[in-house]
Amino acid sequence: MATQEQRTKIVWDYAPAPESPEHVRLRDSYGLFIEGEFRDPADGTRVQSINPATEEPVAEVAFAGPGDVRRAVEAARAAQPAWAALSGLERGKYLFRVARLIQERARELAIVESMDGGKPIRESRDVDVPLAAAHFFHYAGWADKLSYGMGGRAVEPLGVAAQIVPWNFPLLMAAWKLAPALACGNTAVLKPAETTPVTALLLAEIIQEAELPPGVVQIIPGDGPAGATLVREPDIDKVAFTGSTAVGKDIQAALAGRGISLTLELGGKSANIVFEDAALDQAVEGIVNGIFFNQGHVCCAGSRLLIQESVAETVVSKLWDRMGRLRVGDPLDKNTDVGAINSREQLDRITALVASGEEEGALRRSVACELPERGYWFAPTLFTDVAPAHRIAAEEIFGPVVSVLTFRTQAEAIEKANSTPYGLAAGIWTDKGSKAFEVAAALQAGVVWQNTYNKFDPSAAFGGYKESGFGREGGMSGLRPYLRTTP
Amino acid sequence: MTRLPVKKTYKLFIGGSFVRSESGRYDRSEEHNIPRASRKDVRDAVAAARKASGAWAGRTAYNRGQILYRFAEALESRAADIGAEREDVEASIDVLVHYAGWTDKLQPVLGGINPVAAPFLSFSVPEPTGVVGIVAPDAPPLLGLVAELAPALAAGNTAVVVLSDERPLPGLDLGEVLGIADVPGGVVNLLSGRRAELAPVLAGHHALSAIVDASGDPSLAAQIDKLAAESVTRVRHAEPTASYAAATADPLSRLEAVTELKTAWHPVGA
Repeated sequence: MATQEQRTKIVWDYAPAPESPEHVRLRDSYGLFIEGEFRDPADGTRVQSINPATEEPVAEVAFAGPGDVRRAVEAARAAQPAWAALSGLERGKYLFRVARLIQERARELAIVESMDGGKPIRESRDVDVPLAAAHFFHYAGWADKLSYGMGGRAVEPLGVAAQIVPWNFPLLMAAWKLAPALACGNTAVLKPAETTPVTALLLAEIIQEAELPPGVVQIIPGDGPAGATLVREPDIDKVAFTGSTAVGKDIQAALAGRGISLTLELGGKSANIVFEDAALDQAVEGIVNGIFFNQGHVCCAGSRLLIQESVAETVVSKLWDRMGRLRVGDPLDKNTDVGAINSREQLDRITALVASGEEEGALRRSVACELPERGYWFAPTLFTDVAPAHRIAAEEIFGPVVSVLTFRTQAEAIEKANSTPYGLAAGIWTDKGSKAFEVAAALQAGVVWQNTYNKFDPSAAFGGYKESGFGREGGMSGLRPYLRTTP
Repeated sequence: MTRLPVKKTYKLFIGGSFVRSESGRYDRSEEHNIPRASRKDVRDAVAAARKASGAWAGRTAYNRGQILYRFAEALESRAADIGAEREDVEASIDVLVHYAGWTDKLQPVLGGINPVAAPFLSFSVPEPTGVVGIVAPDAPPLLGLVAELAPALAAGNTAVVVLSDERPLPGLDLGEVLGIADVPGGVVNLLSGRRAELAPVLAGHHALSAIVDASGDPSLAAQIDKLAAESVTRVRHAEPTASYAAATADPLSRLEAVTELKTAWHPVGA
C-alpha cells in the first residue's frame, strides 16, 4: 500500500528571487538554419515551443519536413571541402569565437533554456551554459592538434555529420555534438529536440555572428520522424545520437550495411552505492544531486540507490528529511531546486511508471509540496521496499524518482549495480579509498563518481558501456568519432 | 613393416576443451572431417567466453603481455604442424608479438588524467569491452583470424571465433597451440562450420559485447549490423588482413574497436 507522509511545514522561507526575462530578445518566429540563414520550411510546419512551467508559448519555431532535411544535408555537403581545407588554426578560431559569444550571451541563454525546458535557472546558469562555452573552447584548441589526440595517427574528417540531441540539456548537448565535429573538419546538420529547440536557434544566431562559413552548421528543429529521415539520408557520413536506448537501437538498425560511423549515448539506470563507512550527510547531498538534478531528466541520473543494510534506515530517513526541503516550482526563481517536467508526454511517462511501482508493491513517498496550478510538475519521490525485478528498479524513469535497494556485502553491491543492460554511470560513497578504487574498477559503467555525482567537464570522456551506447564525448577520446585514420 | 599413422580428429575448441559439435554434424575439408558447429555451440562458446572474461580482464597488463608472447613462442615451435602456408604462420607469429607489446601501452596512449576545471582527480582508462565475436576470412586462413584475435586479447577481451568456411584447419590447429600457451580456457573459443549459419547467431547474441566482421563478405555485413543493433553491440567491419604490415598499420584502431573508456572522478580536498 502506498503511503503519503506529510512533511513538517518549514517555518522559515525564502523570498522569491526571480530572474528577469526582460532583456531576452526572442524573435516571434524562427526559421530553419540552413546555409547560414534562417529559412522558411519548404515542406515543414511551424509550431509553438511551450514553456512547461506555464504552458505558454516561448516562440514559434519551424519544424523541418523531409525536403528541408535533404536541403540541410546538401548544404552541409557543399560546405564541407572548404571547411576541411581551412587550417586547423583558422577552424579553431571560429570555434573560439563561438565560445566567447556564448559567454557574452550567457545570461540570456540561461533564461531561455529555463523557459523552454523547465530546468531551474541555477542549473542553466551554473552548469548548462558555462559548460557549453567550455566545450567549444576545449575543442577549438584541438582543431590544429588532431593527430596528437589520435596517438600520432594521420587523420581526416569523415564529412557530413548528422546529429540528434535530446531535450534535457538542449544547448549543452548541441555544444557536445557540434564542437568536436567542427574542430575535426566535418560539417553538421543538428536536429534539436521537439520540445526544446529555442536555445539551439540562439546558438544558430551566435554561429551567424561568429561568421562561420554558410553551410558549416545547419540547425533544423523537428520531431521524431524528422530525425528518422535525417539518419536515413543517403549523403551523410556520420550519425551521433543522444537519447533513449529504444531509438538508439532503431538508428543502429537503420544504418545497417551502410558503413556509416555511429556514436550512441543512450539511457541509463545508474547505481548510486552508499557504503556504511561513507560520510552519510555528504552522501545524502550527493544522492539528492544525483537524482533530483534537472528533475531527474538526466541519462546518468543516480536512479537506483543501493544502500548498505546497516545504514539503510539512517540514510533513507536523512534523505526523506532532505527531500522535504527541496524547493519545487518556478524554474526562473534562483532559489528553485526542482523545476518543471519537460513536457506533458514525459509527465505521463513518469506518472505511469510510478503507478507501476505502487502496483508492484514498492512503498512510495512523495514530498507533499505545493505545486503550481499550471504547467507540468512531479513531486520528488522516493521508493523503498523495491525488488530488483520491479519496473521502477529496471526501467529508466527520467524523472525525480529514486528507487532504494539494499545490499550486505561489497560483492553484492557490485553484482546488483551491474545487473542491468545499461552501463552509463555509477556513484560510490565511502571514506575508504582502496574500496572506492576497487569498486570503481568492477563497475560496468562509463563514468564512476566517488563521493560526488553528476560532474562533467569538456576534458573528461563521457559515454556508456553495454546498452547505454558506444563512443565517447569529451576530451581526446571525443575526437575519435569524427575522424578516420589515413595510411 | 610400415607404421600406420595416427590421424587427428578435429574438434571445436570451447571453454578450453576440444569438443564435438553438439549437433553431431560434420563437413569435409582438406580430406578431414570437420565439426560443423550449431547455434547451440555458438551459445556455449559465448557462455564460456563470458565466464572467462572477468578473470582475463583482471590480470595485469604485464601478465597478459607475457601470455600473448608465450602464445607466439608456442606457435613458432608448432609452425610446421599448422595446416597453413609458412609465410601465413610466420606473419601470424609476428602479429602476436606486436600485440603482446600493446597490453601495457594501451592505457597510457588512450587514457590519462583529465585536466578538469574543478577540484577533482578525474581520469579515463581503457577497459576491455568484454566478449568479442570474430568472423574470420577465408584467406589468409591463419593471419586473417590472428590479426583480429590478437588485438581483442591484448585489450583484455575474450573471443569467440567463427573460422573460415573454406580453410578451417589452420584455425582448429591454433586451438592446440592455445592449449600449451598458458592462455586460460574460455579466453579463445574456435568454431568451424558454415559462416552464413553461425555469424548471424553470434552477432545477435545478447551477451556479446562487440563483433569484428573480417569476412570481407558484403552480403553478411548488413545482417550482422541489424542483429548487433538489438543489444547495441559494437561492430567493426574490416577487409581480410593479408600481411603483417596490414595487421600493424593502424593497430590502435583495431584496439579501440574492442575497448571501452571509463572515466572516474574523485574529490580532492573535500
